[in-house]
Amino acid sequence: MKQAPELKLTPTPGQTIGPFYGYALPFEKGGELVNQAHPAAVRLHGVVYDGNGDVIPDSLLEIWQADEHGNVVSRDGSLVRDGYTFTGFGRVPVDNVGHYTFTTVNPGPTEAGKAPFIMLTIFARGLLNRLFTRIYLPEDTEALANDPLLASLPEERRKTLIATREEDGSLRFDVHLQGEKETVFLSYPRES
Amino acid sequence: MSNEAFNNAHVLDPAASQATQEQITGEITDIHEAYRQEVLAGKKAETQPRVDFAPYRSSLLRHPTKDLHHTDPETIELHSPAFGQRDVHVLESDLTIQHNGEPIGERIVVAGRVLDGDGRPVANQLIEIWQANAAGRYVHKRDQHPAPIDPNFTGVGRAITGPNGEYSFTTIKPAPYPWKNHHNAWRPAHIHFSLFGTDFTQRMITQMYFPGDPLFALDPIYQAITDQKARDALVATYDHNLTSHEWATGYNWDIVLTGSNRTWMENEEEEH
Repeated sequence: MKQAPELKLTPTPGQTIGPFYGYALPFEKGGELVNQAHPAAVRLHGVVYDGNGDVIPDSLLEIWQADEHGNVVSRDGSLVRDGYTFTGFGRVPVDNVGHYTFTTVNPGPTEAGKAPFIMLTIFARGLLNRLFTRIYLPEDTEALANDPLLASLPEERRKTLIATREEDGSLRFDVHLQGEKETVFLSYPRES
Repeated sequence: MSNEAFNNAHVLDPAASQATQEQITGEITDIHEAYRQEVLAGKKAETQPRVDFAPYRSSLLRHPTKDLHHTDPETIELHSPAFGQRDVHVLESDLTIQHNGEPIGERIVVAGRVLDGDGRPVANQLIEIWQANAAGRYVHKRDQHPAPIDPNFTGVGRAITGPNGEYSFTTIKPAPYPWKNHHNAWRPAHIHFSLFGTDFTQRMITQMYFPGDPLFALDPIYQAITDQKARDALVATYDHNLTSHEWATGYNWDIVLTGSNRTWMENEEEEH
């Protein structure tokens, strides 16, 4: 692996989203990457918890993902949804009991044999900088076993990144900011 | 409305509001001094806020205790959602024209550029801002600070960056406001900024501050950035070239995102 090149500029520091984003960032159909009537529509949902195991009622989540065929799309229209165009981006605030819901599709593998995942970004009051993680689909166990990120984690930590498939086909993915079940959060090259 | 009460909006631990400013400032000073010693001993400068910063009480149970797991970005992480004129109307960057009348307060222009860590402009990307009004009040039902709401000011703006990463918002200078981190806690005046890059790994939310604010030293959110030079990067510069005759004063603020990984990783693939 080649070394990531040095940055020329120092990235601007992040700050917490604070408590008052609710009238600014959420937008109509923010969580509907596809319409519920879409034949491949899947519910992705879960709860965001703090270090005491209490729900966090003021967190905002964003997802970014490939379509069901594994294509990474580049289409505008996320903020003003027409109900037909898949843009791959979604944003929802959690509700008063920390629960979030997206309506989306299962992302396809971007290359044959790759484990499909959804990228998740977490913002919250009390969280001083955003957190990144991945939501892996649980089905392709061989691809999951070969995934370089998952392979680099101990079993207990690894499972925090894999969603559960519920009986009705929904994907369940809880986020634990802290504690025994703390979710694995990611850093990437060239952050500083 | 009961579940939207002020009490559960700001305070995680009710006892937290009993700390004095002196106690909070003392904690900040101790952490900063320890950081200064580490840097003198050769440690690399910290250019992002600590997520574990006890003077900001709400962070106590809301930060990961394990190190972030370093990974090389793949596929979706090397790209970013696209936004355009379909998403954002050009007038959404003027926060002073969203109602029938003129908002009260000091009209300002905040303008600058969005760059990536290589100094390249981030063009055609979404910037969102939100802020309190000239009295320090947000149009948010959880904000119960007894300062007036301005019927002519919502405090939300959006823009798409230009070809050189440039942006410009016309708005009203926000005021400081009280919060419940500790007794007599006040936030320095700020505008929240939300930014996207060319890779989703560059996604960030931050706050822009105004030069010379006397509340800087007292604020545990701003001071969670332990490095003075890094903290300074969140403060806009008064720019008389952005000030317009008999209309508005101007502030310049450039934002630098992290480095894109797409270019160098794609080049590497081609070399194989």
